[in-house]
Amino acid sequence: MKKITLADRRKPKVGGNTVMLMITIVLFFLLYGAGCVMYADKEFGRLQNFLNVMINNAGLIIVACGVTCVMLTGGIDISVGSVVALTCMFMSVGLAEWGMSSGVLIVLVLLIGVVFGAVQGYCIAYLEIQPFIVTMAGLFFARGMTSVISTQQVSVPFESWFGQLSQIKCEIPFGIGAYLNKKGVVITPYVRITVVVALIVVLITFLMLRYTKFGRSLYAVGGNQQSAALMGLNVKKTRMLSHVLCSFYATLGGLCFCLNTMCGTPTQATGLEMDAISSAVIGGTLLTGGVGNVVGTFFGVLINGTISSLVKFNGKLVASWANIITAVLLCFFILLQAIFAKIKERKK
Amino acid sequence: MKNNAVLEMKGICMTFPGVKALDHVDFTLKKGEIRALMGENGAGKSTLIKCLTGVNKFEAGEIYIDGIDGPVVNKDTLDAQKKGISTVYQEINLCPNLSVAENLFIGREPLTKFGTIKRRSMIAKAAQLMKDMELDIDVTRNLEEYSLAMQQMIAIARAVDMECKVLILDEPTSSLDDNEVEKLFGMMRRLRDQGVGIIFVTHFLEQVYAVCDGITVLRNGQLVGEYSIEELPRVKLVAAMMGKDFDDLAAIRKGENRDFSGEPLEIEAKGLSHAGKIKPFDLEIHKGEVVGLTGLLGSGRSELARAIYGADRSQTGTLKVDGNEQKIKNPIDAMHLGMGYLPDDRKAEGIVGDLSVRENIILAMQAKLGPMHKIPMQKQIEIADKYIELLQIKTASRETLIKQLSGGNQQKVILARWLATDPDFLILDEPTRGIDVGTKTEIQKLVVQLAQEGKSLIFISSEIEEMLRVCNKMAVLRDGAKVGEISGSMTQESVLSAIAGGESNE
Repeated sequence: MKKITLADRRKPKVGGNTVMLMITIVLFFLLYGAGCVMYADKEFGRLQNFLNVMINNAGLIIVACGVTCVMLTGGIDISVGSVVALTCMFMSVGLAEWGMSSGVLIVLVLLIGVVFGAVQGYCIAYLEIQPFIVTMAGLFFARGMTSVISTQQVSVPFESWFGQLSQIKCEIPFGIGAYLNKKGVVITPYVRITVVVALIVVLITFLMLRYTKFGRSLYAVGGNQQSAALMGLNVKKTRMLSHVLCSFYATLGGLCFCLNTMCGTPTQATGLEMDAISSAVIGGTLLTGGVGNVVGTFFGVLINGTISSLVKFNGKLVASWANIITAVLLCFFILLQAIFAKIKERKK
Repeated sequence: MKNNAVLEMKGICMTFPGVKALDHVDFTLKKGEIRALMGENGAGKSTLIKCLTGVNKFEAGEIYIDGIDGPVVNKDTLDAQKKGISTVYQEINLCPNLSVAENLFIGREPLTKFGTIKRRSMIAKAAQLMKDMELDIDVTRNLEEYSLAMQQMIAIARAVDMECKVLILDEPTSSLDDNEVEKLFGMMRRLRDQGVGIIFVTHFLEQVYAVCDGITVLRNGQLVGEYSIEELPRVKLVAAMMGKDFDDLAAIRKGENRDFSGEPLEIEAKGLSHAGKIKPFDLEIHKGEVVGLTGLLGSGRSELARAIYGADRSQTGTLKVDGNEQKIKNPIDAMHLGMGYLPDDRKAEGIVGDLSVRENIILAMQAKLGPMHKIPMQKQIEIADKYIELLQIKTASRETLIKQLSGGNQQKVILARWLATDPDFLILDEPTRGIDVGTKTEIQKLVVQLAQEGKSLIFISSEIEEMLRVCNKMAVLRDGAKVGEISGSMTQESVLSAIAGGESNE
């Protein structure tokens, strides 16, 4: 009998998951590069245009990071879009009509996120109800509460401290990407404070997932719940905390979203949860859990944003084309994941 | 505590609804001893272990562990682990998507003063541990990249590294090949020499004699006896497990040399294949004939059967069933042609755990009829009762969920499922794996009986003795191809040399 040595079983170090992440990043640069070439006359390649994608999607980036954490455990959260709407409405009405101070409102809103996530997480982890159902209830509840607070569109007053935040421009230093406009004035590209917050969230979440017990537990639970429990991890607590984190990020993302739109409406951010989930999937997160990374999710959001931007620059296409392209991309990524899974199975 | 004992269980009692699962069972394990826990399915082995590890709550009795004063009651497996009792199951309880190092240390990672994980130190520790275990492994790779055997040893390494006094190995060898088993045994002996007490649960008798120092036998929830390996030779062990004499086994027909060439053909396959799994093969099966498929694990035994049955659609060749050429695209087609297939992985492909015994039995029948023709409840009950009786399925009632049954009884239910469809041709893939000697014999008898009724069967098993007992002819497979057939007076030696491919002298 041929002796099978361990060396035979070794495979190249770059696994399917790394490849997925690389593909996502490459795809982003391809899309962006294509835009730069196709719309060179409209100056698609200008740094500010890219930064605008970031500004428009800062809230979504934060929300998607939270959703990624839940998806890593094999769960799902479809309530985040409504939570964002609730946050915006709460902030707007709180400032404009209740006359509350910005600081108190921000703390209150984030607290709502934590409590909301804790209730959902408790139902999912301890009462063992399907996450889809629980968060669907959360979706309706938060959306309903938004309308209860106000059925009108309410603007955030600019003079409030929170409103002022939206005016802060964080300029890119060292003149990178700066250009002269037609009048010969130097325009320095900038981002809003929301982008800074989003980048910090991505960084913190990345480090948390990689270097903390909680982060690794998320992966373990997603990999095999029973094993994780037998290895001494508190599976229920981990799952509950993932939902707390997700809803907290949803309210934090909601604050950024609010700074971008400067208003609250009952129908705001409808379907945002799907954008978040699709970004995570395009970024290489598996719906079955255990595999994924917020860096991928970050690029997933950027890809979605760039597609919208491309459609906008085209000018002739209806905005719905962005949806169709996203759909195609999603299929492509899910197909890739399936292929990698098959290859893995075959090698066994 | 007795001298040298690391674990002592005294008078353990435990009742399941309607069944006395454990009746005053004693169990003693010495330091540096490998002790086999033997018994038929339902004898109480799993229950005893679950009482020890805190999965089940026992009603009476006491457990003592070396180094801990007074009786111990474990709340759950974690609690047991903390007290030095670790279990490694047949299904590996690690996370495939994490690295080997993380799997070894998760839940007890080395931390920095900020509470973050010291990855480098964890990897170094893991590498050292693997080296101590004489395993050549890159600990930064994901667990899923390693073979099952390797994963099992990593699981053991994890268990042992957690100051383990008692290591329970529950059917660890079921999915391993001979080389891997030998590696595992090497590891067990090394641990024994370090003073770990090992409880080894297995169905493979020869493995007991290869590695164990002592045997504890249970039957029907009672202790039969605790023996040293010398005082209990194989025949006596089987007798102790079954509570009857060995003669019963010998009662089965010994491969009679019946000539089937005169009988009509049930199955005639010419050049069937499935890309990447089984190369084109021919196979003829006469009515009333039992054809064995033999070969090493992974040689394509199941794949050949699946190609005939349409579970893996054959891309080439022709298949005649009962003399007529048929195109089988999927298992439903095969079922309509009177075929049945009992898969080897009964957990994944066979049982539907949350359905009752009755529902599991009528499943294939119902599938054959299609969803529009519901079988009347009265008839379902009749059928279920008939097969529960016929196959002596041990179940509290026909409405008991199948997942509550022991492995052997689950297997009988699946067998009943196919018998209920009254097939002309039945494929049994490892029907006796992981079940006790008594049930094994019953299933073997049933196979012979079915053949005598004129049914044709394919019988796949890793145990050659068993194949010799029931098969009229054997097809030999090697590396995904059928390489020959043997019939007539088959002996263990002739089959083994055919499998090994002695004539080609590679």
